[in-house]
Amino acid sequence: MNAPIALGDDALVLAQRLGEWAGHAPVLEEDVALANIALDLLGQARVLLSLAGDEDELAYLREEREFRNVQLVEQPNGDFAHTIARQLYFSAYQELMYGELATGPGELAALAAKAVKEVAYHRDHAVQWTLRLGDGTPESHERMQRALDALWRYTGELFQPVEGLPVDLPALRGPWLETVGEVAARATLTLPDGPDRTAWSAGAGRQGVHTEPFGRMLAEMQHLHRSHPGASW
Amino acid sequence: MTGNDWPLWEVFVRSRRGLSHSHAGSLHAPDATMALRQARDLYTRRSEGVSIWVVPSSQVTASSPDEKDSFFEPAADKPYRHPTFYEIPEGVRHL
Repeated sequence: MNAPIALGDDALVLAQRLGEWAGHAPVLEEDVALANIALDLLGQARVLLSLAGDEDELAYLREEREFRNVQLVEQPNGDFAHTIARQLYFSAYQELMYGELATGPGELAALAAKAVKEVAYHRDHAVQWTLRLGDGTPESHERMQRALDALWRYTGELFQPVEGLPVDLPALRGPWLETVGEVAARATLTLPDGPDRTAWSAGAGRQGVHTEPFGRMLAEMQHLHRSHPGASW
Repeated sequence: MTGNDWPLWEVFVRSRRGLSHSHAGSLHAPDATMALRQARDLYTRRSEGVSIWVVPSSQVTASSPDEKDSFFEPAADKPYRHPTFYEIPEGVRHL
């Protein structure tokens, strides 16, 4: 499997999901913040997919089974807590992964060095909201806890090796657990513990197997390009 | 909760080293930490700044429009208070 495609699809799909908030976020300020994160990720996706081929063809003309993103990023936005939990899990992973990639050899090092700064901000944004929702009202606490629990099963896939990526992904799970666990504790939330922590986890996105909501998201993302092939601004 | 329940903050951005912070606008945020981050997203995303201040709008004491005459008009006819009688040395741009 092609590493730029895997990382590029992660960034592209999450950018599309975050873009769905535009005009719908709880407050205007957050609308802009989420769109900003989406645009950072879209920028990463463009560089990565261009390394693998024609970015537009890859984004708009592939079928569902050809996408190599992890299942975490394709999960629907849900309520605001779900969006934040997804971002916390993913940005904490991306920060560690890009950090390793930036110090190593290979064509992705330069991109990673730039992206790691963007992603550190995404992680910070997610951490700030996790703290406020977790340690907020009884309802926000309950929703944030529900979101962390619901998305947990998609986090195992983040640490499966990616062919051609010079990063030891399984080794990042320890530091990731530490980061996410510390944030959850400060937010008075809990992560699944005991046998649940490393039990069966969903995820074969890297092999092209996706969850049901992904097809509908792709249809929305691709329909314009497919309806008007070759159109430009 | 809507944004209107959150306090209003005034945002000051320093566009580059050597200049002062200037008022950029305002925003709603639940606390100072979030206000700073939202200011970053709203007012510096096209690399407008190197430093941001946020100040609760409730802490700003403003002059009243009723006091406009007594406050500002007396300064209008005193040109000798302006440094216009000096030659400005070359290379001084921000005087």
